[in-house]
Amino acid sequence: MQDLIWLLPTFPLLGFLSLVLTSGNLPKKAVAVIGAGSIGLSFITAALIALEFLGSGETHFILEVWTWMAVGELTPGFSFYLDGLSLVMMLVITGVGFLIHLYSTGFMLDDPSYSRFFSYMNLFVASMLMLVLADNLVLLYLGWEGVGLCSYLLIGFWYEKPENGYAARKAFVTTRVGDTSMAIGLFLLFAQLGTLNIQDMLHAAETEWAVGSGLAVAASLLLLGGAVGKSAQLPLQTWLPDAMAGPTPISALIHAATMVTAGVYLIARTHVLFELAPSVQLLVAWIGLITLLMAGFTAMTQHDIKRILAYSTVSQIGYMFLGLGVGAWSASVFHLMTHAFFKALLFLAAGTVIHSLHHEHDIFKMGGKRKQLPIAFASFMIGSLALAAFPFTSGYFSKDEILIAALEMEGPGMLLWMGGVLGAFLTGIYSFRLVFVVFFGQSKGHHEEREVTGFSMATPLIILMVLALFGGWIQIPVDAVFSHGEVHEEHHISGFLHVVMIAVPLLGIGLAYLFYMSKTFSVEKLMAKPIAAALHRFWFSGWGMDALYDLLFVKPFLFLARINKKDFIDAIYASLVEISRVVHGMLARTQTGQLRWYTMSIAAGVVLLIAVGVLL
Amino acid sequence: MILVVLISILFFGGVLAWLSEGLDSKYPRVIALTAVVIDLLVMLTLVGADAGDSGWIVQLNAQWMPRFGISFYLAADGLSVLMMVLTAFLGAVAIGSAWDEITEKTGFFYFNLLWTLAGVIGVFTALDLFLFFFFWEVMLIPMYFIIAIWGHENKNYAAMKFFIFTQVTGMLMLISILALTYFHYLQFGWFSFDYVDLLKVNTSSAIEMWIMLGFFVSFSTKLPSFPFHSWLPDAHSQAPTAGSVILAGVLLKTGAYGLIRFAIPLFPEASMTFAPFAMTLAVISILYCAKVAFAQTDIKRLIAYTSVSHMGFVLLGIYAWSEQALQGAVMTMLAHGLSAAALFMLAGGLQHRIHTRDMDHMGGFWAKVPRLSFVALFFSVAALGMPGLGNFVGEFLALLGAFKANIGLTVAAAFGLIFASVYSLWVIQKVFHGAYRNSDFDDSNLHDLSRREMFYFCAMMIGLIWMGMYPQSFLDLSAETIAQLLNETGQVLFAVGL
Repeated sequence: MQDLIWLLPTFPLLGFLSLVLTSGNLPKKAVAVIGAGSIGLSFITAALIALEFLGSGETHFILEVWTWMAVGELTPGFSFYLDGLSLVMMLVITGVGFLIHLYSTGFMLDDPSYSRFFSYMNLFVASMLMLVLADNLVLLYLGWEGVGLCSYLLIGFWYEKPENGYAARKAFVTTRVGDTSMAIGLFLLFAQLGTLNIQDMLHAAETEWAVGSGLAVAASLLLLGGAVGKSAQLPLQTWLPDAMAGPTPISALIHAATMVTAGVYLIARTHVLFELAPSVQLLVAWIGLITLLMAGFTAMTQHDIKRILAYSTVSQIGYMFLGLGVGAWSASVFHLMTHAFFKALLFLAAGTVIHSLHHEHDIFKMGGKRKQLPIAFASFMIGSLALAAFPFTSGYFSKDEILIAALEMEGPGMLLWMGGVLGAFLTGIYSFRLVFVVFFGQSKGHHEEREVTGFSMATPLIILMVLALFGGWIQIPVDAVFSHGEVHEEHHISGFLHVVMIAVPLLGIGLAYLFYMSKTFSVEKLMAKPIAAALHRFWFSGWGMDALYDLLFVKPFLFLARINKKDFIDAIYASLVEISRVVHGMLARTQTGQLRWYTMSIAAGVVLLIAVGVLL
Repeated sequence: MILVVLISILFFGGVLAWLSEGLDSKYPRVIALTAVVIDLLVMLTLVGADAGDSGWIVQLNAQWMPRFGISFYLAADGLSVLMMVLTAFLGAVAIGSAWDEITEKTGFFYFNLLWTLAGVIGVFTALDLFLFFFFWEVMLIPMYFIIAIWGHENKNYAAMKFFIFTQVTGMLMLISILALTYFHYLQFGWFSFDYVDLLKVNTSSAIEMWIMLGFFVSFSTKLPSFPFHSWLPDAHSQAPTAGSVILAGVLLKTGAYGLIRFAIPLFPEASMTFAPFAMTLAVISILYCAKVAFAQTDIKRLIAYTSVSHMGFVLLGIYAWSEQALQGAVMTMLAHGLSAAALFMLAGGLQHRIHTRDMDHMGGFWAKVPRLSFVALFFSVAALGMPGLGNFVGEFLALLGAFKANIGLTVAAAFGLIFASVYSLWVIQKVFHGAYRNSDFDDSNLHDLSRREMFYFCAMMIGLIWMGMYPQSFLDLSAETIAQLLNETGQVLFAVGL
């Protein structure tokens, strides 16, 4: 069965090909069957492989399909590597991916480009599976760029609107900055270690590089560049909120559950390198912490239901980075999985809300929708509880593990822990602000609208609700992957700190209740204060990062492009032409045809020659 | 002998095509296509053939002007065969793109097209430098006519510019060739233009440098590299589509081929001293031309500048002069040959349909011509270096190899990957996305790709996917040539302690 692992990306790839080659001529039913069915087949295969793999007790499994290119020492192949980590990833991708595809068959039904949508989605899943199953960094890079392309295509799916195209390009180019850093990292690793096979490379690094050596620092920094691009962490986080221009299932699949966690996967996969560069690993923790706080503050100020969720995604990935940074590898992967459950749930539920309310995105134009949209309401309640780490939901377990690991860390551990707890407080506020505003209080607008669901849309929501609630009890089999060096188990932190960790998100929820539900505190009064208003504006704009990058990179580039549109090099050649034309004109003027002019120049020439002769 | 046959078919096919116009103006294109396809089939018999001890799969060395040491010396190894197959393939594609577009003086058009191709094949196989120079000129003059007669609004200016740039730098190469022969005469007492003989010439390093520069300027103008690139945007924007296909797909590659075959092996010492400068020019080409490309509104000019940018990776790889870098350069030549040719065909197709190249007048074509748009998206994505397609393999290998030679320049060159995504996606946005607009042009002829066009584009797409997913079929062909070149220059460089 394990030998069939190549089928995992092949099913969606075939789905993609058949949808592209029929170019929209298939009936929608057939498109839905191909589109969602291919992912379903992948999931079944993945599940069977997982059962066999776990039963076998092996630590890993390698399948070489063919050699991609062999030039000198470089011999990357289309080879798959399965261990506990890629097993978790492939199950999440195919499992959650299938649910989202199923949901999309209903959600996108009215869209004229139904087939194009599913073809891109299938290509995405195929690339994502390549990414997590690759046994070498070149193949991983193929998946990495492939998911970036699909993300671009799907953000700009509704291409008639120029702003969607802008968001799509912004996403692609911003992540490409990170990708390029990663590519340079590959060149460095290959030049130094002579291989790009991940396991061989890690092994060679361990034996050849000392802890803290310059090369280890450089290599892990370059890979980190790729990770922050894809995972929308500081300083490359600005693209993700705009990426919400795509259809909502895209946001659920690509920009919440799978693609944006690729950076977390990359760091976890190459964690040996990061352990060799403790300074970079600590940097990962700080990046995670700062990002999670910044995004948390911003999420509290947004009005657009999808942007709130987008910032919350950035923030939650920040937690994963924090976990990676403090060496809690498996906790981060665990949070990656539970986050995939509850964030996919939240996005799909948001899709239902938006779909039912005729593309309304502004939460303040909704209100009291809990009776009107019961399934969405239940989804949001459960999803938000998990997001806010309410005890015994899935998010509680994973976030708890990360924070405890931070606390146990030497040095700045306490500071990181406090930041993480503050983040949990913010999470409580922004997630329940959304719930209270949309589903409680007075009903506004859209009175007669009924919830648009049906089997295909309701089933995934129900399954995801179960997973978001109970996913925390799943044991992920990654111990063998991170066996060495993990800060391990046996948590002995004081009961008091534990109570704090449980209580703080509840306080956040409580504060959201007082502001948005009982209206004990008034947002308007708070906003009347100039400082609060200024802060609000600052946070709302995403801490001014967009404007800053615009000023630093976009405007100078456009300026340079504009002033040199005509290519000044060409002007140099043109001036050569002009000079020869002028000289030609001057010389031509000497040909007057007048005898006295010629006589005079002959005489002058003779005098000059004699003068030269005499003087020399 | 087979090489003579290959060239003769094109020469005589060209003459025949010209003559046949008197019978029917549709005959020339059929004759031209037949000639090119026959050539392609004959070439395929050479693919993968064993090179034997001499290192050449086929060779022919006949006396020509023995008094001056000039011989008719043609030979092909794996690299030559790869380049020839690319030439014939794109030749067929170019004829396809001219099929309906060229309606005037068809006989003379196909005559010029075939003679250009014949010159190119000669360039890829000639091992006598005099003969090489002869073919170098043969491919230039017919191309001048193609631009000057069947070009667009500013064709005379563009054709003249193309001619002068290539001719002036060609003269520099001729001087270098003569100087090299002269030094051979001084050293051995007899004249020779034979590549193998000339490899043995020893001169002082200053002289070697000057002679090498003569070759370099000529080849890097053809490539083209910054700062010799400015003929290309004019030539491309004015040439008919078939001319652009041949220019971008094939003619530019002769410059790179010349560097690999002649400039570096003949002057290894001077070349390695010069390598940092050449690589710097490559990086400037990549970044500067990507930036200028982004600013263009004429879609053909834009693609032309991206061509210069991509050829920068080739130049970078060549002067890094290592196995990975050279394989990368060769793969980029092949892949760019297909992707650039396809993009020019798309631009030409659009111009044929709506009579403008100005992107400011376009937008939202996806809704109107989905197949054309998808094909354009495919080739743009290929051009921006998406793994799984040929261009990625080339650029990745070139950068990977160059990294060992020069870290700083390679890192700078890698930024070209970001710029490539900026301009490629910008074209997609301007032309194919957004709301459909047709206020600025007559869209009555804007129909989707015909079956014939789809056939050509599919062939090129399959080629790029093949190169991207299983590049080994191509890498294996050039591997032996590259190993041999590295070995030869390595010995020389080792001897002088470089």
